[in-house]
Amino acid sequence: MTSSNQLSPEYVTVMIGAQLFGLPIARVQDVFVLSQMTRVPLAPDDIAGVINLRGRIVTAIDLRRRLGVSGETQRAQMAVGIESGGESYGLVIDAVGEVMKLSSETAEPVPVNLDERLKLVASGVHRLDDGLLVVLDVDRLLDLKISELAA
Amino acid sequence: MDELLRDFLTETHESLDTVDSELVRFEQEPNNAEILANIFRLVHTIKGTCGFLNLPRLATLAHAAESLMGRFRDGMPVTQNAVSLILSTLDRIKEILDALERHQSEPSGTDDDLIARLDAMASATPQAAAQSSGTLAYQVLERPLKPGEATLGELERAFRETPGPAQPMPADSDKSAERQQDGKVVSQSIRVHVDTLEHLMTMVSELVLTRNQLMELARRQTETEFKVPLQRLSHVTAELQEGVMKTRMQPIGNAWQKLPRLVRDLSADLGKQIELEMHGAETELDRQVLDMIKDPLTHMVRNSADHGIEAPAERRAAGKPDRATIRLTARHEGGHIIIEVLDDGRGLDTRKIRARALSGRLASEAELEKMSDAQIQRFIFAAGMSTADTITSISGRGVGMDVVQSNIDQIGGTIDVKSVPGQGTVFTIKIPLTLAIVSALIVEAAGERFAIPQVAVMELVRVRGDGEHRVERIKDTPVLRLRNKLLPLVFLRKFLRLGEAAEQETETGFVVVTQVGPEFFGIVVDRVFHTEEIVVKPLASKLRHIHAFTGNTILGDGAVIMILDPNGIATAFGSVRAGVIGVETAAEAGPHAQDKNKTALLVFRAGSNAPRAVPLSLVTRLEEIDVSSIEMTGGRHVVQYRGHLMPLICPGDCVRVKESGSQPLLVFSDGDRSLALVVDQIVDIVEEEFEIEVSDGRPGILGSAIVKGEATDIVDVGHYLPLAYADWLGTSTPQRTRRHVLLVDDSAFFRNMLVPVLRAAGYAVTTASSGQEACDLIRSGRAFDLIVTDLQMPGMDGISLARVLRAESATAQTPLIALSAMTTPDMIERVRRAGFHDFVAKFDRQGLIAAIKEQADAIISQAA
Repeated sequence: MTSSNQLSPEYVTVMIGAQLFGLPIARVQDVFVLSQMTRVPLAPDDIAGVINLRGRIVTAIDLRRRLGVSGETQRAQMAVGIESGGESYGLVIDAVGEVMKLSSETAEPVPVNLDERLKLVASGVHRLDDGLLVVLDVDRLLDLKISELAA
Repeated sequence: MDELLRDFLTETHESLDTVDSELVRFEQEPNNAEILANIFRLVHTIKGTCGFLNLPRLATLAHAAESLMGRFRDGMPVTQNAVSLILSTLDRIKEILDALERHQSEPSGTDDDLIARLDAMASATPQAAAQSSGTLAYQVLERPLKPGEATLGELERAFRETPGPAQPMPADSDKSAERQQDGKVVSQSIRVHVDTLEHLMTMVSELVLTRNQLMELARRQTETEFKVPLQRLSHVTAELQEGVMKTRMQPIGNAWQKLPRLVRDLSADLGKQIELEMHGAETELDRQVLDMIKDPLTHMVRNSADHGIEAPAERRAAGKPDRATIRLTARHEGGHIIIEVLDDGRGLDTRKIRARALSGRLASEAELEKMSDAQIQRFIFAAGMSTADTITSISGRGVGMDVVQSNIDQIGGTIDVKSVPGQGTVFTIKIPLTLAIVSALIVEAAGERFAIPQVAVMELVRVRGDGEHRVERIKDTPVLRLRNKLLPLVFLRKFLRLGEAAEQETETGFVVVTQVGPEFFGIVVDRVFHTEEIVVKPLASKLRHIHAFTGNTILGDGAVIMILDPNGIATAFGSVRAGVIGVETAAEAGPHAQDKNKTALLVFRAGSNAPRAVPLSLVTRLEEIDVSSIEMTGGRHVVQYRGHLMPLICPGDCVRVKESGSQPLLVFSDGDRSLALVVDQIVDIVEEEFEIEVSDGRPGILGSAIVKGEATDIVDVGHYLPLAYADWLGTSTPQRTRRHVLLVDDSAFFRNMLVPVLRAAGYAVTTASSGQEACDLIRSGRAFDLIVTDLQMPGMDGISLARVLRAESATAQTPLIALSAMTTPDMIERVRRAGFHDFVAKFDRQGLIAAIKEQADAIISQAA
């Protein structure tokens, strides 16, 4: 996975709580504000609901819950749209930062003592001036096993 | 891939399928010049196109096959061998085509083997000199025509006049233009890529959504100039939707095209004679649905031929004709397509399925014992079941009906099987016409909206705490009284865990009466909106495990809502009614009851090791309940059962309710009362002729019989029915004068079955085994309040008996009730004219009791 990151070294940064995360820009379709979300009864905890995004039904995943970040998700929700296996997903986050170029010089492997859930979905860590950025692997993030682990 | 080549491949595949089935037809009707001309033309076309596209291998093969067929035209007898040879040539052509599709060039290799055989066969007759050159006009027949044969000129004309493939040949434009000029067939259809249609369908779906959205907006405004154009838009959209749906419709015959060839080859391979009948091939259904059922159908036909149909010797031994039939039928039925696959083979072997289910750990011995044949037969849809002893190359290796079932499940269909040993099996598939757009009822629970597919909705009932319909509870189980039936209810709030636990069951709202299979239940919702055409969108893979939903959709106001799956909700009921295994009444369970001379006995043990038995027909259900659900009330064991408290009776002093685990019960129902006999173990169901020796007077025992070599007490259920209720209810029925009923039936079985029921209902019963015996009884001065008689009896039948009784002064006014297994309108009319007061179907015990009561009440009111 690291190799593919080097191929697309641009990331969209997002905030969940106080933590900065990076998503490979190639995988990000769009960023949108969640409105008129329908929750799905009996769904796993980290499924925030489903919404209609320009005629497509998008499944919103609560990243805070999925990653096990403490605190409550804010009211005005933002989501990052991604596609996987022909389906549309929205990753619900607290705030969207910017598009950032990351050099391989700041890259670090995932620390061994990282939270289990985070370790499964993180493909690397970058040392930035104002903090650490965790690069997320989108496919692993959507893998159902993670939510089972979270449950 | 080259456009021309692709067109060629598509078209040739289609042509070959047609040739396949035409050849099979031709084999059966060798004198049908029209079929021959048609085949000839198709093969000729293939040959010609191959030459044009420079595919020498294909062209040579097609040429050789054509030559042989030319010989048929010249009058060579059509043998099975010859047809087989041509069919295998077609198979080779298909192989080459497949390779061509993959590599875009003809594979290397030689077809000399086939060509040599084809040539040998073509030159096998004396007229070998008349070698076909592959073109049509040059052939001269050098002998007089035999009767039934057509002249070459006629064949040539038939060839030219037979409608060609609807599309012009893939050739350069000059050539196709030429064809259109001299050919009389001008193309009425065009070939459109499936993707184009799919895209069109998606766009129409979106348009329907947008239309709904606009309508929703307009609904909120009372005065708007948009109303009229919106109406127009709505109509056009609806028509457009219908039109596009139509383009997706295809006759089901398309899915059947390969079957005649398949059955023919199977017949030859298996040494069986099988005729394939196809009815309703023109029935249309959605392409997507068609694709999904194509393989299951092929598989089922294959199965029928391989497992279902017996070898000719076996058929002869069973007194059946050598030639077996597999019949495919398709028809429309209320928004659904019903497809039946029927064979007149040996039927399913329930014993084997049972053994397989046991060895595959699909069910325990105890569970299996309680199942009816029909329930056991359903195991063939479970994974890993195959009842053929030997795995054949034809039906594969246990990949079977489970795959069929899951394919049909995926398109929201159902499959069912009925089988009569020795007579055959019929599979019935019910599938929706289309998957894309369905009509749905929009409901609300706890502020959230859901869609329920309209097909599952039977009716809506408003419930209120103080209204006519209200939710009642038996302990914690909510039910609704609906036309003298109890409808189990599920609160959508509670089922979907919406809102606060405390307010999950409200007393006001709507009950959506839903039917899934034979089961009815009610879904309680807060509000009901309207019915809307919704575009079903599949659930995201992350949500697909939630069985409560089948999909989701976007409503007119833009909101996404979940579509409820009535099947999923019904399975939730299953777990609520834990422990209930048998759901079918034993009397309806199978063909047992129809056998007049035999009696089916349910053998069980209770209290001691000595077997006991009751007539199976009296048992309403076999249940196994968790001991913890048994309660004690007033020194009695009771259990909650289908919305009622049911007393448990121990047949004999030494029978005890178990301390732990599960308790087997025999449930007997009489109207809405039920009682259960506590037994230790259910042993077997035995169907034989029994000599029942009369009881030695022990209470609750009718007598004893030798069942499977053991002396078995036959339990008198009639003894326990009133016993349970008299003291359980605390009100013994007032000892009004007991009505005396004469029951006339030649079958000991029915007399055994009905007497306890009638006694339990409070009647004194005398029986007669023939019409004559009944007359003798009456003439000897016995008086009866009511006479119930079977219609079909040897000697004096029911109708004759009625005439005699009407003529006797003692019985001229006595109410007469007829019993019959046949209830045709004609029969009912005859019965009325003979002077019967009522007519009851033979297995309808409740109906009989009701009819007797009605007649008895009529006597009272007449007397008053």
